[in-house]
Amino acid sequence: MDAILLSPLDNVAVVVRRLAAGSRAELEEGEVTLDRDLGLGHKIARRAIANGEKIIKYGVAIGSATCAIAPGQHVHLHNMQSDYLPTYTLETERIFRKAAIS
Amino acid sequence: MIRVRGDAFLRADGRKGIRNTLAVIYLVECGHHVAREIQLPFRESGVHLLGFGGCYPNEYSFQMLSALATHPNVGGVLLVSLGCEGFNRAGLLEAVRRSGRPAELLVIQECGGTRATIAEGRTRVERMLRSLEAVPRATLALHELVVGTICGGSDGTSGITANPAIGLAFDRLVTAGATCIFEETGELIGCERILASRAATPAVGFQLVSSVEKAARYYATLGHGSFAPGNADGGLTTQEEKSMGAFSKSGSAPIAGLLKPGDVPQSGGLYLLDVVPDGEVRFGFPNVNDTAEIVELIACGSHVTLFSTGRGSVVGSAISPVIKVCANPETFRNLAGDMDIDAGRILEGRGTLPEVGDEIVALVEQVAAGMPTVSEALGHQEFVLGYKSFEPVGPACHPASA
Repeated sequence: MDAILLSPLDNVAVVVRRLAAGSRAELEEGEVTLDRDLGLGHKIARRAIANGEKIIKYGVAIGSATCAIAPGQHVHLHNMQSDYLPTYTLETERIFRKAAIS
Repeated sequence: MIRVRGDAFLRADGRKGIRNTLAVIYLVECGHHVAREIQLPFRESGVHLLGFGGCYPNEYSFQMLSALATHPNVGGVLLVSLGCEGFNRAGLLEAVRRSGRPAELLVIQECGGTRATIAEGRTRVERMLRSLEAVPRATLALHELVVGTICGGSDGTSGITANPAIGLAFDRLVTAGATCIFEETGELIGCERILASRAATPAVGFQLVSSVEKAARYYATLGHGSFAPGNADGGLTTQEEKSMGAFSKSGSAPIAGLLKPGDVPQSGGLYLLDVVPDGEVRFGFPNVNDTAEIVELIACGSHVTLFSTGRGSVVGSAISPVIKVCANPETFRNLAGDMDIDAGRILEGRGTLPEVGDEIVALVEQVAAGMPTVSEALGHQEFVLGYKSFEPVGPACHPASA
């Protein structure tokens, strides 16, 4: 096994050994070709993920895709982002503005 | 009752320690050198150096040093003051003496300066070490232990090996009646709903979620989450991804209450430590590094701290031993001399999560019985304490002693 699935709901799998770009990784759904060198603990797409789709790991959303992602592609900072901190930045600004006005 | 050792250190206040440490504490950076020189010859003899660098008084740092100086692993205290700093040295001396521990104070400006204070300090340390040898002993049971957990230098392996293994160990310890504490509300961002569903009561659930929302606001204002460049190198992409991995350290027990730094739980169970200050953002980042979090876990009474690391932290701590649980098998091979437990072996088919969980519980018992951890044997005694401000938590978050 090259990668493990943490929850059946996940659209990413976690690589459990070092893998070179171009190598074929065996997933539960079949083989995929890797687009990059990958270290332990990195994520790859289990299936095609659309731009804007939630990235699911541990069965929960850990962010959203920022472009279309092909099966086997490395999923990281270049193609996904947090849903959380930007939301909270706006929320914080709102709270602080309200505090500044009152 | 599961007996851990028959010769734990019984303090006059009834608390039981697994180490018999003498703490030399400087009360402002200006006293740091003198305190360090006093401690240096006794570094291998259970004398630890701690202190607070600031000159302005601060309620949090006073409460923290009071909690640390009366920690069950601490048998006596030597305070080193310059003389003109803002720290309430008389109050701290009184708090330690009230706990029944021997406590002494040296004021450099009244002692004749650096040389004279170092000489006098070393004489006092020798005398106090002799009195520490006579401390009464008592049986310590597993349910009397307080165990903290932290993750540092996390990577994509932390949340699938070391953290869930610590979670399994916590489940076993909580079942045995022990007190377990997890922390870093900033690393629970994204887990609020699951967190609330684990709360022992709705009131606790509300406090838990509020503490995470506060952390999110605090971090957003500062422009940084609890996310370091090494986390991304190790395969973690977002704060909420790191949070899910970090949260698994807490296991599956109900969360009995919320603590602020220095609060000592009065009954066993699982607690969340809120490390993010209350009120408007001031004094900078909530925790400047992992050590600041470890020190707060110890201030809540932790006898031992379970430290999960993927990238490979090497730190230990003053006062309470740190057990290093290494999540990444490559890191373990690279830093084998700094790690206590090889949790990453799960990824290589050389073990299972329950096996590693059992190994952690067994090591906690051995360390509580006196065996040094790897970082302890290496002489790691990191300590840091800065400025913060907190409001006390309400009674709903402190279940009374059973």
